Amino acid sequence: MADLSYEESKKKVFFGLGLLAVVTLVEVFISLFGKGWLIEGVDDIGWLVALSALLIIVLSAYKAYYIIYEFMHMRYEVKGLAYSVLLPTALLIWAIIAFFQEGTSWKARRQLIEDKNAEKVDETKLQGSVIDDQTYILELTKS
Amino acid sequence: MASTDTAITKDKEQESGMWEGAKAPFKASYGKLMMWYFLLSDAFTFSGFLIAYGALRFSSPTWPVPDAVFQTAPFGIHTWFPGDKAPLIFVTFMSFLLIISSVTMVRAVQEGHRENQKGVVFWMVLTILGGLGFLGCQAWEWTNLIGEEHMTVTRNPFGTHTTSGVYLNEDGSVSDETFDAGETYLIHKAGGHHGEGEHGGEGGEHAEETHDYSQGDHAGYYVNENNFLQRKYQVTGGEYDGEVRMQSFGPMAFGALFYGITGFHGFHVFSGVLFLIIIAINAGSGIYAARKNGYEMVEKIGLYWHFVDLVWVFVFLVFYLL
Repeated sequence: MADLSYEESKKKVFFGLGLLAVVTLVEVFISLFGKGWLIEGVDDIGWLVALSALLIIVLSAYKAYYIIYEFMHMRYEVKGLAYSVLLPTALLIWAIIAFFQEGTSWKARRQLIEDKNAEKVDETKLQGSVIDDQTYILELTKS
Repeated sequence: MASTDTAITKDKEQESGMWEGAKAPFKASYGKLMMWYFLLSDAFTFSGFLIAYGALRFSSPTWPVPDAVFQTAPFGIHTWFPGDKAPLIFVTFMSFLLIISSVTMVRAVQEGHRENQKGVVFWMVLTILGGLGFLGCQAWEWTNLIGEEHMTVTRNPFGTHTTSGVYLNEDGSVSDETFDAGETYLIHKAGGHHGEGEHGGEGGEHAEETHDYSQGDHAGYYVNENNFLQRKYQVTGGEYDGEVRMQSFGPMAFGALFYGITGFHGFHVFSGVLFLIIIAINAGSGIYAARKNGYEMVEKIGLYWHFVDLVWVFVFLVFYLL
């Protein structure tokens, strides 16, 4: 903040406090709205829930940007430093996509196993096809 | 960049040989740059944890609604709210504490650039108080979750309904307490006192009345081997209309993830407070004033402290808001 006077940068810090506080309050408000706490039944409307979740994520990303760029002075560092710290986090984008996909897939498999376990087996049909060990060995030696 | 921090300029004068290469990489001091890279690595650790939370949440058929889990506040503050529920209120207060302590930290760094020793110590002490306040709040939150609501690393009494239905009375008859699919409930201990962890929709039980809470199956509920009272309900609508079921425990991973991740963050806050105390004492003793480098040490611990706030932004997002 070398280009700002002491008084200006002081003002900016307290502006930042107000900004982060307001954004946090808005986030909590949207979250409660999306969960149907403020207006009954909102949590049953899928797109509204998704929209509020998306808004909260965007606002949190903005908070993160503000903390890194203003409070941690990243804006005032040379570009190379900023890139060398910030660019590696782009790897996380793939991690998020891959692991969330993986999680969804686990759920599908879990359901499959539960369905298989719940299946009723018709035992009368099984009887003809049971082979005991000895028959099995005999048939092996024959061939 | 045109705007070069005064602190950096002074660092360059101070550092002998500027990292021995005559030119400081990224115009930053060694300590500050390495603090940034440490924070980058720490960010990956936290990201790994939070992504694991997301993957497990996606893999589970149900997940506790955070507003239902975190709706109590100390000193009975949650009773001031409609229905005695204060969803996310306490944790929002915790967020404010961290944001405020982050701002006081920025002020300490600014005073450091002006070589104002008293200002540095004053704002650092405020930052320490903010950090201690946050830790205190977290201690209360954990105490409430463990002591009152009986959530542990391997046990999650916060279940979520997958169907709509209606609870049964103690004698097994159908009550007028209905619920919808997706509603989260808390399984209480049988006969235990319902203190600050009391959740709505579980009423009708009073410690003074005599109930049969012996382990095993009862008409309206089931008491498991750990004395948890799993209420029975009748499914209404859908494929299983009319079927009587009992409340089941929530996904086990929730407890482990919650205590693991908020605990890891809380440990960062705790160690941050320790470092802040050490550096505040050093600043007060005049060590950094003698270095004449614009209190760079305060700037470095400031980076760490802002990072703790930054991580909380995402812990708050993932655990409480979504």
